[in-house]
Amino acid sequence: MTFGRGLRALSIASVVLLTGAFALVFFYAPNDADQGFIQKIFYVHVPLAIVALCGFVAGGVYGIKYLRSGDRADDLRSYVAIHISLILAVGVLITGSIWARAAWGHWWVWDEPTLVSFLIVFLLYACYQPLRFSIEDPERQARYASVFAIVAGAFVPLNFMAVRMAESLTHPRVLSTTGGAMPGDMRLTFLVALAGMACLYVTLWKYELASKSASIQLRSLKRRLAGDDGLAPLARSAAPQQL
Amino acid sequence: MATVAALVRKDLRLELRAFESVPAMLMFTVSTFVLFHFGLDRGSLAGDLAAGVLWVTLLLAAVLGMNRLFLAEREQGGFDGFLMAPVDRTALFVAKAVLLFGFLVAVELVAIPAFVILLLEPGPGQALPELLAVLALADAGIAVVGTLVGALGVQTRARDLIVPLIALPLLLPVVIAAAQLSAPLFEAGGADPFPGRWLLVLGLYDAVFGLLAYAVFDFLLEE
Amino acid sequence: MPALPLDDAGPYVAAAYLVFLALILIYVSIMATKLGRVEREIGELSELVERREREREEERV
Repeated sequence: MTFGRGLRALSIASVVLLTGAFALVFFYAPNDADQGFIQKIFYVHVPLAIVALCGFVAGGVYGIKYLRSGDRADDLRSYVAIHISLILAVGVLITGSIWARAAWGHWWVWDEPTLVSFLIVFLLYACYQPLRFSIEDPERQARYASVFAIVAGAFVPLNFMAVRMAESLTHPRVLSTTGGAMPGDMRLTFLVALAGMACLYVTLWKYELASKSASIQLRSLKRRLAGDDGLAPLARSAAPQQL
Repeated sequence: MATVAALVRKDLRLELRAFESVPAMLMFTVSTFVLFHFGLDRGSLAGDLAAGVLWVTLLLAAVLGMNRLFLAEREQGGFDGFLMAPVDRTALFVAKAVLLFGFLVAVELVAIPAFVILLLEPGPGQALPELLAVLALADAGIAVVGTLVGALGVQTRARDLIVPLIALPLLLPVVIAAAQLSAPLFEAGGADPFPGRWLLVLGLYDAVFGLLAYAVFDFLLEE
Repeated sequence: MPALPLDDAGPYVAAAYLVFLALILIYVSIMATKLGRVEREIGELSELVERREREREEERV
């Protein structure tokens, strides 16, 4: 099973799109009327957020696929999707906090629904690996992890909606851009950045899939060549270890 | 349907015989009210502060109930017994969710009056039907998600840690909605309008997670 | 031409983009370590296979 197909094209696309996007950010997009230069953080924070959220939902989708097919590769795909989204979520929280500090003076604002719902989603998905780790039987681990991924994936949009509703009345959006429609050049920059982040996500996802599958296959090769005694016993792990 | 009834009856009998979950949840709730009194250094609460205290306390008490929901099945082989019976497996989910809902209602029957007496400034007399609606919808959401997470956690090794860690973020929309709905009910002047759209949010949450849990619960029971 | 008012806002924007870059690079370095380990183990396995083939050669002779 090769996971690394198309990896080179994807990584080149990521580089081109992201570098292009950041060039656009600093050389093309105009300064925001309200926030000035600070608003530039928007182009890294929001695409990161959107891609991370989609990644979490994708983890749920692969969870559904695993439960229906029993194919361990789908469980691996779900695991890696959630893993990378979690890393991006850390980035979202840190860049969001920096943005809050620059625009509002505090390191955290409860008025920004994206940031708040991300905190909740992060707290939830931070339990994914401990949950997997606490179940020893690999088949059961995969099954329970898939259930979690599905429930959490359904939770993501609900949570976003609820948090947004809770904040929208009493507080205006603090960190939104130019309250209202985005001017064309800003929108273009944003879309390129979003496309670049999406390509980056898929690249990293395939990258990690290929790496994990290589380790798994290497291990089975080792067992076939060196015999069972040449092998250190499998330590407990949160990641899928058999394909 | 009959399976669900039988399961609920069995668990109710167990609970009435041993009196484990509901008294513990109740004691915890009342103690937490006292804690809040001292922690906030307030004699009485109103509005959103009251709503917040009530719902956080109820949620934490619910977590206590969740942890124990499948304990008997796990430790005494009830899962195997159930799996061998020729019944629809989701009946276990429905039965346990009904049970947790029942526990919550039982706790609230005492806890809400206690809350009114101990901490609430105005009496929610005229707002009672709305409060009941909020309680019913919120309890349904907590019951559904709580049962699912309880089942997820019961097979893991760090069961009592994993369940609250997963359940609390998942139940946050319920807390948000319930607090938003209860805050005007606890207002001293009773002036604020009732934000009915949050009832829709609660209803949507209950429907989505109810269906999801129903569809997915089977996979947790396979051996 | 770039509008770069490097007043107080500059460091924050730079910090945000650097955080993003750092996350990616840390991830790449972790993956690189894993790759190094995989390469080493493949090397060991190849050695094992070579040794087996040599032994088989000697048996035949």
